[in-house]
Amino acid sequence: MSAVATKTLLEVRGLEVEYGRVRAVDGVDLDIASGEILGLAGESGCGKSTVANAIMQILRPPAHIVGGSIRFEGEDLTGKSNEELRRFRWRNVSMVFQSAMNALNPVMRVGDQFVDMMQAHERISKHRAIVRAGELLELVGMDKQRVRSYPHELSGGMRQRVIIAMALALSPELIILDEPTTALDVVVQREILQEVEALKHDFGFAVLFITHDLSLLLEFADRIAIMYAGEIVETGPAATLAESPLHPYTQGLLQSFPPLTGPRVKLNGIAGAPPDLREPPAGCRFHPRCPYCAPENAALYLRQTTERPRLREITAGHFVACHLVDA
Amino acid sequence: MRWFARRLVFYVFAIWVALTLNFLLPRLMPGSPIDGLLEHLSPAQLAANPGIVQTYEALLGGGHHSIGQDYVTYLHRISHFNFGLSTSNYPTPVSEVVGRTLPYSIFLVGVAFILSFVIGTGVGMVAAWRRGRFTDSFIVPAFMTVSAFPAFVLALVGLYFLGLKAGWFPIQHAYDSNVIPAWSWTFISSAFRHAQLPILVIIAAYAGGWVLNMRTVMINTIGEDYVGMARAKGLRDRRVMTRYAGRNAILPPLNGFAAQFAGAVGGLVFVEIIFSYPGVGYTLQSAVLGNDYPLAQAILVVLSVCVIIANLIMDVLNFVLDPRLRTS
Repeated sequence: MSAVATKTLLEVRGLEVEYGRVRAVDGVDLDIASGEILGLAGESGCGKSTVANAIMQILRPPAHIVGGSIRFEGEDLTGKSNEELRRFRWRNVSMVFQSAMNALNPVMRVGDQFVDMMQAHERISKHRAIVRAGELLELVGMDKQRVRSYPHELSGGMRQRVIIAMALALSPELIILDEPTTALDVVVQREILQEVEALKHDFGFAVLFITHDLSLLLEFADRIAIMYAGEIVETGPAATLAESPLHPYTQGLLQSFPPLTGPRVKLNGIAGAPPDLREPPAGCRFHPRCPYCAPENAALYLRQTTERPRLREITAGHFVACHLVDA
Repeated sequence: MRWFARRLVFYVFAIWVALTLNFLLPRLMPGSPIDGLLEHLSPAQLAANPGIVQTYEALLGGGHHSIGQDYVTYLHRISHFNFGLSTSNYPTPVSEVVGRTLPYSIFLVGVAFILSFVIGTGVGMVAAWRRGRFTDSFIVPAFMTVSAFPAFVLALVGLYFLGLKAGWFPIQHAYDSNVIPAWSWTFISSAFRHAQLPILVIIAAYAGGWVLNMRTVMINTIGEDYVGMARAKGLRDRRVMTRYAGRNAILPPLNGFAAQFAGAVGGLVFVEIIFSYPGVGYTLQSAVLGNDYPLAQAILVVLSVCVIIANLIMDVLNFVLDPRLRTS
């Protein structure tokens, strides 16, 4: 899969983000090598998008980073000035937003939104920028005349293509896709993802693909990280995770969508709801929903409810944070 | 375009309703409309204005025909700006009195109201963008406090302290008494100097509403994805605030501008009276006090038409600023 995963591009260590008093991201470690596709999966509200916004450094108060480091090509972003961060955004890391419908300014022509972005990073005439915007639109399979359109004149799929074209414009090393296809129907979803794969092949950028749809990641990602209640609970190569998931939460996620072939089976979702992050459960945060957590096994139960599990490497590149695996 | 045509039809209808009400109201009074009007006049006034009965008859469309015929005559005259003669300025035609005073009001109220909108929305925008910082914590409450007072109270306070005590501004009239109205530099500068204090008062009275309105809309707009995306694109902070968040947040307050304007006309009349500013508000007051019904009615028609025109201008502006209206 990732044959050229050599240089570490992005290195997140112990990232902690709080919204007021709620800790939405609690000690997240992530590594992305150049040219790699890393999938980040988890339920709504588990902190996936917050991680993305922290990497982009676009958190707005009351959200703020309270601990940890984000290093991009070895440089810590938390120590940079506002102007340095402004230049870093989009030039080094660009982002395809969650809802294609609302990510474009409704009162500006598509072309002008390209011009804005290009002129913020380089000296370029408006005319030249519009021409380049047209070329980028053609790259994602759109008519270059669309630079003259307003966002409301485009379909959802087209708007998402526009944003992907924008994300490519400055040839960044990393593109964050934050639920890029959630608002689109399945056919358009597939087209867009294939488009991204083809472009990645040509441009060689790395991808951080955030979604709640684990089945998509199994297909597109090189490695997958599973997030639960602000923590990474399991991470490993996509194939390993698909075949031998170790964390009960990962197992639950994998069982919550139907295989396309094979006999008909009853789907088992994960019982219960994600915890309230104002008061996360003590010990393992998943223990109230964990099928393997029962008071009968007293010694294990005590550890599960009081001690926080740490990520441990089980096989090469496959980490899991679960007391069951240690035991 | 169909949206625009619909609005136009609506405004024509609104003007027609205003004119018709203006025609009907005197006729709904008990007795003959002319007797009703004459009752309010003293014998001395009647003696001073020998043509008054004819004037009223002219205003009401003749008075000797059926009400339908009267109505047609009335509409015909109004469409030629013929409102009869002003009794308190006899024999000057009403249209001439209004024509003399209206430009001052349009200048004063137009400039003041647009400035209060621009300043109010500007402060509201910055306050929401830098929430909890200086503008938000000090300037916004200051605007709110001042705007809590009615316009006429602020006018009296401004007149007394800034005009009379401090002597920074002229306290009355639209220009110095030794200047003759003309398109000359002396007149224009004098007119500007006299307008300063009333404009200041109107801004103080009405900007606070815009501050609060804009701040609320802006806070919601900041949460929109396109604002987050604009920041992610590495645009400069000021550009994200104005071109992305502010540009979208201004649309709802702009929609409310005309409605707010209509509601404010009453307060603006008081400001003119307090500053003895010879606009339509001041003239309306003297017309009512002097029982000059033709003049008062004409001014009410003019005010309704002005509010409708303000609505129309805002619609055009909305149309220009919001591309979504243009295609649907």
